[in-house]
Amino acid sequence: MSTQAAPRTVPYKEKTPFDYSSYLRKGKLPHIWCPGCGHGIVLKSLLRAIDATGLNKDDIALVSGIGCSSRTPGYVDFNTLHTVHGRSLAYATGLKLAKPKLKVIVITGDGDALAIGGNHFIHACRRNMDMTIMVYNNYIYGMTSGQSSPTTPQGMISTTAKYGSIEPVFDTCDIAKAAGATLVGRGTAYHCQELEKTIYDAIMHKGTAVLDILDSCPTYYGRFNKVKGNSELMEIAEKDGTVSQAQAAKMTTEQLQGKLVRGILHRTERPEYCEEYEKLMAKAQGK
Amino acid sequence: MAGKQKKFIQGNEACAEGALYAGCRFYAGYPITPSTEIMEIMAARLPRIGGAFIQMEDEIASVSAIVGAALGGMKSMTATSGPGFSLMQEGFGYACMTEVPCVVVNVMRSGPSTGYPTGPSQSDVMQAKWGTHGDHPAIVLSPSSVQEALYETIRAFNLSEIYRTPVTILYDEVIGHMREAVTIPAPGDIEVVERQKPNCPASEYKPYEVKNGKVAPLAAYGEGYRFHVTGLYHAADGFPTGNFKLIQEANERLISKVENNREHIWKNEEFYLDDAEIGVFAYGVCAKSAKFAVKELRKKGVKVGLLRPLTIWPFPDDAVLEMARKVKTIIVPEMNLGQIINEVSRASKGQCEVRGLFRVDTDPIHPKQIMSAIMGKPVDATVIPNEVMIERDMIDG
Repeated sequence: MSTQAAPRTVPYKEKTPFDYSSYLRKGKLPHIWCPGCGHGIVLKSLLRAIDATGLNKDDIALVSGIGCSSRTPGYVDFNTLHTVHGRSLAYATGLKLAKPKLKVIVITGDGDALAIGGNHFIHACRRNMDMTIMVYNNYIYGMTSGQSSPTTPQGMISTTAKYGSIEPVFDTCDIAKAAGATLVGRGTAYHCQELEKTIYDAIMHKGTAVLDILDSCPTYYGRFNKVKGNSELMEIAEKDGTVSQAQAAKMTTEQLQGKLVRGILHRTERPEYCEEYEKLMAKAQGK
Repeated sequence: MAGKQKKFIQGNEACAEGALYAGCRFYAGYPITPSTEIMEIMAARLPRIGGAFIQMEDEIASVSAIVGAALGGMKSMTATSGPGFSLMQEGFGYACMTEVPCVVVNVMRSGPSTGYPTGPSQSDVMQAKWGTHGDHPAIVLSPSSVQEALYETIRAFNLSEIYRTPVTILYDEVIGHMREAVTIPAPGDIEVVERQKPNCPASEYKPYEVKNGKVAPLAAYGEGYRFHVTGLYHAADGFPTGNFKLIQEANERLISKVENNREHIWKNEEFYLDDAEIGVFAYGVCAKSAKFAVKELRKKGVKVGLLRPLTIWPFPDDAVLEMARKVKTIIVPEMNLGQIINEVSRASKGQCEVRGLFRVDTDPIHPKQIMSAIMGKPVDATVIPNEVMIERDMIDG
């Protein structure tokens, strides 16, 4: 594995602009994302974090499902696999076990990971295979024009919740922790430098790391819910709706009501699947 | 590794032996009767030879995992039965579209839904062709004996590598659980096709570029070729396209890479067909009964023969038409209510009469029933097992 010590500070703070071009497949741009979409911001944080790990591009596999965020792999110069709706983690599991030297990063969305892919999600967390799962959470199905997802907040409007959603939501981080993920964190597109650090920590973690990345869909979620422009949407959901762990530590339970906490929320150590499989092989071979 | 070995094993064991012989080093699966033995054997054997085994959370995940593993450079397989085969259709279509080689075994059980898990059937034979959505290629092999389960599994892996497409092995519960004496070939006795790797510079690699009518070699992830794979329609470079011409060409090419090579993929056994006046078209366990019936009636001077396809899809059109031109009637015994018979009728182009013999009570079609059908007598709907004398002749191929 060509993992090296981090060559620079995270987040990126040098004066010269970060050169994204060596990570992008420039011929495949422009991307499909709408103006105001947060996915591009998250992609930049991801690329800066990857750069900081010092990993070789050949050793990184980006796997995704179906949805707006899942189109990311097509634009970046790694081993890239754009699979089917909800199953990215199952493809990633096969790929990682077949080739453990790959650093596997899965890009998925709230619908892809938590609705159609919910079963694969909890089992991926349970196995604790070394991979980073980035759930881009924009509270809605963007690719199919704005239907409710398992994270659409109650009372909010979508094309399938015309009178406001009555469904309780999933908390990605709670599920991931309960299912056994050994690193669980949250970031937002608004706090993009902090997000870079969070992604870096997730990639460097040995085991299954899950990140709930709050992101915004001005085209559907914002428009249906009468929020003008993306900056306002980001301020409501990502800036005002979240607090850092340091802030949270100073707040009362009442003050924390309705706020989501950012940062690495859970970190533990458990045997990693591929390493355990190595041991199993040695046992089977009588070594 | 040991030389040639003789073993008394089940069809499911033979299938696993064939997979290991062919170089399968990755198995992902989910338990389901009557296929589970394949998974259990792979769980025991793969770790001993440096291969990977994983039990997934369902069949959708299983087929997805084997495609992921194939992109990691491994020959990979999963096995299932009807309900699981239905769930796998999504990933199967993805493998067709992305041209990722892998092998899926369906040990057929009876009925729609849960049906009768421990009883055989042949009712997935059309699903094996058309199960996943969209126009897609299908290579489906159907062994009729335990030995053939081994040989056809090796052939499935080879065809999968040559044409870069998923291959289905379709047999029924009887073949899966029946025990027969089997020869496990020594290494080198049977050809094993290894995956072609690209040797061009990484910047020039196009994973879907056709050269000299052949599919491009498939690089493995992590070996310097940073390519893109998507289930969207894609151009030769693997990236999504909305170009009408490229989409049309891509879909036609998926089909034609199999259709244009039918003669290489087809494999039939012809038995007493030269002078036959009545032909039997049978596959899987039915072919065993049919062969016995043909032998018995030949002893009595009845001019009957058998066409037994080992490749069901692409359908053996030419062999069926040739038989149809010779005989007055083709009898099609099937453990379903009439599926492949429609293909036989289509391929025989009205040259002869085509009659079916269908049984779905989860007992295999008995030779007696096929003999009655050949002689134009009424066929008993069921044959009670204790009335039946299983003769030694039935046990051979």
